[in-house]
Amino acid sequence: MAELATVTLLINREEHSLELDTRTSLLDLLREHLGLTGAKKGCDHGQCGACTVLIDGRRANACLALAVAHDGAEIVTIEGLAQNGSLHPLQAAFVEHDAFQCGYCTPGQICSAIGMLGEFDAGWPSHVSHDITAPNLDAQEIRERMSGNICRCGAYPNIVAAIEEVSR
Amino acid sequence: MSVVAPSIGAPADRIEGRDKVAGKATYAFEYEQVNVAYAAIVQSSIAKGTVRAVDSAAALALPGVLAVLSHENAPTLSAEGELAVLQSLEVSYRGQIVAAVIADSLETARHAGQLVRVDYDVAQHDVELRPDHPRLYKPDRVNPNFPTDSEQGDVEQALATATITVDETYTTPAQHNNPMEPHATIAVWENDGLTLYDSNQGAWRVAQTLAPIFGIDVGQVRVISPHVGGGFGSKGTPRPHAVLAAMCAQHVQRAVKLAVTRQQMFTLTGYRTPTIQRLQLGADRDGRISAIAHDVVEQTSTVQEFAEQTAVATRMMYASPNRRTTHRLVALNLPTPAWMRAPGECPGMYALESALDELAVACDLDPVELRIRNEPDVDPETGNRFSTRNLVACLREGAQRFGWSDRIPEPASRRAARWMVGMGVAAATYPARRAPSTAHANAEADGTFTIRITASDIGTGARTVLTQIAADTLDAPIERVRVEIGDSSSGPAQVAGGSSGTSSWGTAVVKACRLLRAGQTEVSVDTSDDVDGGEPLTKQAFGAHFAEVLVDVDTGEVRVPRMVGVFGCGRIINPKTARSQFIGGMTMGVSMALFEETLLDPHLGAYVNHDLAMYHVPTNADIGEIDVAWIDEEDFAVNPMGAKGLGEIGIVGCAAAVANAVYNATGIRIRDLPITPAKLVGRL
Repeated sequence: MAELATVTLLINREEHSLELDTRTSLLDLLREHLGLTGAKKGCDHGQCGACTVLIDGRRANACLALAVAHDGAEIVTIEGLAQNGSLHPLQAAFVEHDAFQCGYCTPGQICSAIGMLGEFDAGWPSHVSHDITAPNLDAQEIRERMSGNICRCGAYPNIVAAIEEVSR
Repeated sequence: MSVVAPSIGAPADRIEGRDKVAGKATYAFEYEQVNVAYAAIVQSSIAKGTVRAVDSAAALALPGVLAVLSHENAPTLSAEGELAVLQSLEVSYRGQIVAAVIADSLETARHAGQLVRVDYDVAQHDVELRPDHPRLYKPDRVNPNFPTDSEQGDVEQALATATITVDETYTTPAQHNNPMEPHATIAVWENDGLTLYDSNQGAWRVAQTLAPIFGIDVGQVRVISPHVGGGFGSKGTPRPHAVLAAMCAQHVQRAVKLAVTRQQMFTLTGYRTPTIQRLQLGADRDGRISAIAHDVVEQTSTVQEFAEQTAVATRMMYASPNRRTTHRLVALNLPTPAWMRAPGECPGMYALESALDELAVACDLDPVELRIRNEPDVDPETGNRFSTRNLVACLREGAQRFGWSDRIPEPASRRAARWMVGMGVAAATYPARRAPSTAHANAEADGTFTIRITASDIGTGARTVLTQIAADTLDAPIERVRVEIGDSSSGPAQVAGGSSGTSSWGTAVVKACRLLRAGQTEVSVDTSDDVDGGEPLTKQAFGAHFAEVLVDVDTGEVRVPRMVGVFGCGRIINPKTARSQFIGGMTMGVSMALFEETLLDPHLGAYVNHDLAMYHVPTNADIGEIDVAWIDEEDFAVNPMGAKGLGEIGIVGCAAAVANAVYNATGIRIRDLPITPAKLVGRL
């Protein structure tokens, strides 16, 4: 049985207040209620990363986030990255390096890359960091840190090249 | 004399690239509808039997539920096989659609779907593929329309007298396509017509298939699919959910959105049949092949026949005076296998190219040299000339780029810390087909051009390369050319399948644009009379894969730090998107070699690892460096662009290159894909 709750979220710098079925995921809120279909539903189980958005600056699977559990949160989706009609540098690099084919995982890859670069800047090491106190963002680190986002078309080498270009 | 720089050959960015990176490319489930309803699929929980009763009461009692559709209240359709949705009480596989719930929200539809209670009379299912299965049979033809068997010379005699023989059986598991965008359809009935926003590899095919099912004219069905989130064959023909979505929309008189869940994709959207392949080779001490036998056992369903053409590539790949290929099927209580990237060639060439590697070992010959020695002058089956065949050039170029001369032929000879290091090679081939298509072209008053064709861009770059082809034919810059695809109202066209899209659509685009260049301003063309005829030639793309593998001596983990792929695919229209296609195919090849396997539970009668946590596809960390190159080749016998399709050849043979490299690294020959750590650990 549907229970309703009011949720207020700051999405792409715009406040949205909605009365929602409490079972609604953040992903379905974006896609089915706000028409923000940039975040994709690839598995609905947190296994593919296509729905990756930034919640309070951190990358997260929107399909695993219940909207009501994020009342007051600041959300950035792929639609919120371009500024004044100019693509975010990562978006431009993805086009330049052909870092996608079908494009369905792409918004998640780009949001994930932004979150990942933030984690790196904050000094977070990864499984493959040789020196966990001072990781170096080489191709191996990017591959490891981007492995929560599946690309079935197999654009991985190009995704790494695009991120390398922007992180340089 | 042209003053415009040619577009063909330029590494143009994808035309829809900006939309895709900005989240503005609209996929099937994303079209806003007024008063929309959501459908959820209810699947059978048995593999064989009949539906006794469907109890919808609990679902219908839920506020927001509009209807429950089952065989009890479904309209009668003119449909067969997998598309005969809710037409029968019979259950033919676990996961078959037995009901659907339509509700005013996604959440309610999903919840209500779980409340539908279906009772069955259960029968004993049969789901296990075995080479000695008593119900094996010989299909009339194999896909798409090849003779089931072939026989040349005297294979048994040649094998009996050969100095060197290889006789091994290779098996490949069921694999699921798993495009990132789950299959989805929005169905809207209006003005007695049906509009579908659908994720597919051919909007015309969908319209053409669904119209008669609902007893309407094809002109009354419009299918809109400008962006498709991958397909790999699984969206090549309409799937049952598309029929169901249209039924649901008709039933509730509202627009209905239906997305197949990732889990449901493992039963409702096709998969690659498992194969059991016996390969026999006979040769002299110099490696000259005298006999090839390739005998394949694979599965189909009891719903409809699907006969994968697994041994067909073996008919033309290498010279041999004696040759046999056979295909046998057994119909099981499982979903019908369907198209998955390079159906036939992909599993078949894994077996053939593995056997070639074993022959090279037996002859103590370099496997590149072995292949070159068995290069045929003409198609060995038909005697036809090859329109172009650059396999030898691909092997030589690849060997050079890869550093093949550093390979130590003796297996298990190289170590780097914990890792055993090996190198492997395999050849690739894929047919260069084309099929009739129609197209429309307009020269606009402002000096631009509009081309409309029911092409499909599932990530191939079709929209971009067709624009380049049109621009060059029109001698115009690509900025002045607009190619509109993915809308069935543009008329009949080939699907994005069989690596034939660009070849088929490009032929129509060239034909239309030549008429504009000749002065016409508005043209419609049909290539039905253009795509056949001429000298009978065997038209195939070729390639060579080289792989380096590392095998962890303790855990058996296999990694592929680098690969080289060199291809002879005719003229490369866009090096940027072409490279992506090759890389993508090779990535799926590594995946086939090491990861992908849908596991059958014989007791349940079902594929059980039905999500992306348990069905493993590569992540970024699994894929190393991939170096792709191509031979300078033009093949105007294939089409006026001189280009061959390249969507599938990248996967063909790739798994064999990896498996052959694993043998070189370890001395262990794994003939049963995927090469998981469990198959190596304890033996190293």
